Amino acid sequence: MSDDNNPIVVPNPWSKLRQYTTARIALGRAGTSLPTKPHLEFQLAHARARNAVHHELDVKRLEASLVALGHQPLVLHSAAENRPMYLQRPDKGRRLEAASREALTKVARPAEGYDVVFVIGDGLSSFAIEENATAFLDVMLPPLVQQGWRIAPLVVVREARVAVGDEVGELLGASMVVVLIGERPGLSSPDSMGIYMTLKPRVGLTDESRNCISNVRREGLNYGVAVHKLLYLMTEARKRGHSGVQLKDEAETLSSTLTAPSKSFLIESQ
Amino acid sequence: MSYSYSIAGHRFSFENLRVLMAKATPARSGDYLAGVAAGDDEERVAAQMALADVPLKVFLVEHLVPYETDEVTRLIIDDHDAKAFAPISHLTVGAFRDWLLSDEANERSLAALAPGLTPEMVAAVSKICRVQDMVLIAQKCRVVTKFRNTIGLKGRLSTRLQPNHPTDDPTGIAASIVDGLMYGNGDAVIGINPATDSISAVITLIDMLHEIIQRYNIPTQSCVLTHVTTSIEAINRRAPVDLVFQSIAGTEAANSSFGINLAVLKEGYDAAQSLQRGTVGNNAMYFETGQGSALSANAHHGVDQQTLEARAYAVARKYKPLLVNTVVGFIGPEYLYDGRQIIRAGLEDHFCGKLLGVPMGCDICYTNHAEADQNDMDTLLTLLAVAGITFIMGIPGSDDIMLNYQTTSFHDALYARKALGLKPSPEFEEWLLNVGIFEKSEALKLANTLPTPFQRALSHLH
Repeated sequence: MSDDNNPIVVPNPWSKLRQYTTARIALGRAGTSLPTKPHLEFQLAHARARNAVHHELDVKRLEASLVALGHQPLVLHSAAENRPMYLQRPDKGRRLEAASREALTKVARPAEGYDVVFVIGDGLSSFAIEENATAFLDVMLPPLVQQGWRIAPLVVVREARVAVGDEVGELLGASMVVVLIGERPGLSSPDSMGIYMTLKPRVGLTDESRNCISNVRREGLNYGVAVHKLLYLMTEARKRGHSGVQLKDEAETLSSTLTAPSKSFLIESQ
Repeated sequence: MSYSYSIAGHRFSFENLRVLMAKATPARSGDYLAGVAAGDDEERVAAQMALADVPLKVFLVEHLVPYETDEVTRLIIDDHDAKAFAPISHLTVGAFRDWLLSDEANERSLAALAPGLTPEMVAAVSKICRVQDMVLIAQKCRVVTKFRNTIGLKGRLSTRLQPNHPTDDPTGIAASIVDGLMYGNGDAVIGINPATDSISAVITLIDMLHEIIQRYNIPTQSCVLTHVTTSIEAINRRAPVDLVFQSIAGTEAANSSFGINLAVLKEGYDAAQSLQRGTVGNNAMYFETGQGSALSANAHHGVDQQTLEARAYAVARKYKPLLVNTVVGFIGPEYLYDGRQIIRAGLEDHFCGKLLGVPMGCDICYTNHAEADQNDMDTLLTLLAVAGITFIMGIPGSDDIMLNYQTTSFHDALYARKALGLKPSPEFEEWLLNVGIFEKSEALKLANTLPTPFQRALSHLH
């Protein structure tokens, strides 16, 4: 039988550490296994994340919010017709459908060409884009305009993979593409946005050519830090003439990581 | 060279070994995506029957990826040990399966054979193996590696403590480390996937792990899983790097998409060796792989994804790694569609890795867009633990809050250890007992109270 000294569900004496992370720590144990309560909480989180994957991007609302920022986006579609095809055929999600390619060729462009095009793709979490894309661009675009970047009209692509940005950039003749895309939803973060920057975009490039900033969302890497990092990467890529692995992210003291103490309670002097 | 097999008057033809291997592969979405899979189940079995008749020697002369244009093929062929291969050089793929199941194949003979095997040979035999064959044969293999403890001994199951945090916050990471250590996890490595590739952030994490391991005298090693060139740069800046990490794949072109080649890996290997930070050994590389990575980089040469995965282990073994793991369900449903495909792939990868002499672990995992769940992971964990897997991941509550996928939890590792009587690496086990995390008893038993050094560390917090 259980008593206070030998409970069936043993709590973990480090539960106060839960305030420092959203990781599922100090769940306690039944024997050495997961107790019923956290076990079923996990099942619920998984069910919700599954729902997030299949949620369709609310394009009308996204469009309206971008227009409110002063940008009329071009709404395109990848070659993946629907979500089931999108999930099984990444090659289709990396290319535009014919009508979308056609639409892009009709976009007017300045004689010197565009310096950068921002592409917004639903990816694996439309929820991430609905939550973060407009709010991020609201902070990102003003400094770029101020620095004189020639920014192409915003492009929204449905059923998009990261590489679809290469085709958009190439067709627009832009020197650089920045793709904002919904990352695959985690149990605790169904709304995480990734940002991929590629210099001289063209069809056929691989991840080697890109620089990535991930986990952009209110509870993750906040917009201010993400903007700072992206500005740095964009400026350096243009200066050095390449992006990707060769371009190391040397940006100092940008993330909240580095404004937080670099030591933890485990190695403070005792 | 072309291959064929006749069944009841119907002749199935396969234009070359590459096509034959692909069509003999048990069904999976990635091979359909690449357009190389068998048309139906009957063609698949015909291919398996034809493959069973192929002499192993053929793999040394008929290359699936051209020798001239691919440095991984050159590595496989040029490093092949003909003397080690001699005992089985007369066998076909089918006879090799029988040999592996027989008593001729044991810990000693398999260890001696490993340098004589190519990835294509082991991939071929895996294609005609059932799950139980792969479990039984892998169980006979023993690959032992060392750094600050001994990994891969019989009756042991190690874990990578994976304390990832979405913004690399040191306190958040430390919280997950405490959780993992208190559940007896972390003997394979304490390994963080950093949120960014920034050299300064990476060095901050390397320093932190180094100090924790030193402060608490933990017989384990640390790793920040960043690009090999970033680790080299960190070593140049005198950071206390234990293991040098890199994702690798089975073709030169796929590796190039990761921004690496064999020369860069050699540089990473030399940099790691130069530090000599191991105490009981100096296996200082940590590699990750996964079926589908070559196809996702459009660098697959029409070869099936499981064969390409096995080729990545030839890359791995060149640099004497401490740990290699296949991140089996991470890549997504376009390569491994559901629990059934993920389970078989995990067992294939472990089987091929062990036969090639690689310290094979598995990130038993899935993403939220795959048709898989916790029950599938329990099945794969149990099968791999029976098969003698070297290490698995350990993460709080199965939820990686940084990489957004589900892998095995600290609790899961204890389940496998308890159900099968497996222990952590001996040096780490001794530490767990001495510090008071495990109770000294026959069965695996966790203490109910926090050990003193950790109690002290937590006493500053509210």
